[in-house]
Amino acid sequence: MSSLELPVTHKGNVPVSATGPCRPLATRWISVLTLATLLLAWWLVTAAGWIEPLFLPSPGDILAKGWTLLTQGYMDASLWQHLGASLGRIGLALGAAILTAIPVGIAIGYNRVARGILDPLIEFYRPIPPLAYLPLIVIWCGIGELSKVLLIYLAIFAPIAIATATGVRTVDSAKLRAAQSLGASRAQLIRHVILPSALPDILTGVRIGLGVGWSTLVAAELIAATSGLGFMVQSAAQFLVTDVVVLGILLIALIAFALEMGLRALQRKLVPWHGQNH
Amino acid sequence: MALLELERISAQYPGVATPVLADINLSLGPRQLVVALGPSGSGKTSLLNLIAGFVAPSTGRITLDGQPVTGPGADRGVVFQDDALLPWQDVLGNVAFGLELAGMPRAQRERTAREMLALVDLSGFADRRIWQLSGGQRQRVGLARALAADPRVLLMDEPFGALDAFTREQMQELLLKVWQRTAKPIFLITHDIEEAVFLASELVLLAPNPGRIVERLQLDFGQRYAAGESARAIKSDPGFIETREHVLARVFSQRNAARRQESA
Repeated sequence: MSSLELPVTHKGNVPVSATGPCRPLATRWISVLTLATLLLAWWLVTAAGWIEPLFLPSPGDILAKGWTLLTQGYMDASLWQHLGASLGRIGLALGAAILTAIPVGIAIGYNRVARGILDPLIEFYRPIPPLAYLPLIVIWCGIGELSKVLLIYLAIFAPIAIATATGVRTVDSAKLRAAQSLGASRAQLIRHVILPSALPDILTGVRIGLGVGWSTLVAAELIAATSGLGFMVQSAAQFLVTDVVVLGILLIALIAFALEMGLRALQRKLVPWHGQNH
Repeated sequence: MALLELERISAQYPGVATPVLADINLSLGPRQLVVALGPSGSGKTSLLNLIAGFVAPSTGRITLDGQPVTGPGADRGVVFQDDALLPWQDVLGNVAFGLELAGMPRAQRERTAREMLALVDLSGFADRRIWQLSGGQRQRVGLARALAADPRVLLMDEPFGALDAFTREQMQELLLKVWQRTAKPIFLITHDIEEAVFLASELVLLAPNPGRIVERLQLDFGQRYAAGESARAIKSDPGFIETREHVLARVFSQRNAARRQESA
């Protein structure tokens, strides 16, 4: 719950109908109304011809264009292929980042020497915008898939490693001692106590990392790519195909939103104890 | 023959002049329930941490069955004040945790865990999540978890300190029942005088600065409860009241002595 408003409880025998005049609008419906209003305004200004389609095509045109892109494609590739290229890159980078950043984060949080070695390295490269070191990666690795995946991987790696290290360092020492007094070895401590304790932080790190990674991916595709959503938007812009540009931007936003919502659902499922009074 | 033996134990935090504990001699034999009672700062928790192996003494020797204690281990079960249960496991998983660490197959460890839950009157709670339990229930799960690993001795760090008065009395009676049935030697620390007098077969009174033992009492109220006498009858027994007042007087005289020392 992001809202601080408490649900009103009615006591006594006064019947209160669900559609009573004082009942406040649910937060979700306020959001839905806002979006609907925006959409309506968009439709209105385009349908009335107040804005040239070159600058802002109508919602109907965008939908029609979407259908065309799905069936015929754009720039030698269908919309699915562009989507698949982008999602494949981020999926690959995310998988690699999760596999490497979590062990690194555990090492930083658990071991003094590992912290001394790795912490400054991560803190040094983390604040650099990925696009600033993209040229260097291109010089080293060329303009192929490797450069793009590597760039996204680096963008995702730092948030996950840092969040994992924080989670490991804030493990309740009583739980560690409890496991030790039950005979847990070092490896068992990590597997049964430290990793589950840090899981909420790790998932938050993945959420942040995925957000950063997605923006980096699109930016990288704007610069050097022959497929992907970023490339589609970029090349459409060069030919002033505004409806494809708008469609691409909307798709990029929608996917980011879906990723975030999916991860939140995953977090609720994997760590139901998080936020419980324990 | 004592199981657990502490010989001339001292403990000191780095950079602090006064030791936390000085020259502690203590033994815990079979069927004993030793209670360490003392005000805060008397080193009660440090003493328990030393026995559990979480910290090492600066001088002295701790042995269990003749073997020196070098670190934490499954031979000394610990029940914590803050239950320290694992919220990602259900109640049964928590109780079976020690056996899981020891590599026992699932069916076998869950059978043992269910027996332990029955012992602490939580039979119907095996599938509950930890956050669905009350404070008293959590402490019972903590007790069952420590017992399931079948330790040689049981160490309890102010286990009922955070509970309300009513639940605390229930838990004391449950502990005596469990102590009677399992015959485990127990070392318990508390700052509650009535709890100490009621539970202890040997009561060790600690004084602060530095933490040291100032009195040892052999008591039998816990055994009388375990033998079937009612808790109310014992607690209103003149002998019980007299002992409680005696211990109270000792604690207060300690405090006054400490004040005089400070003002001098």
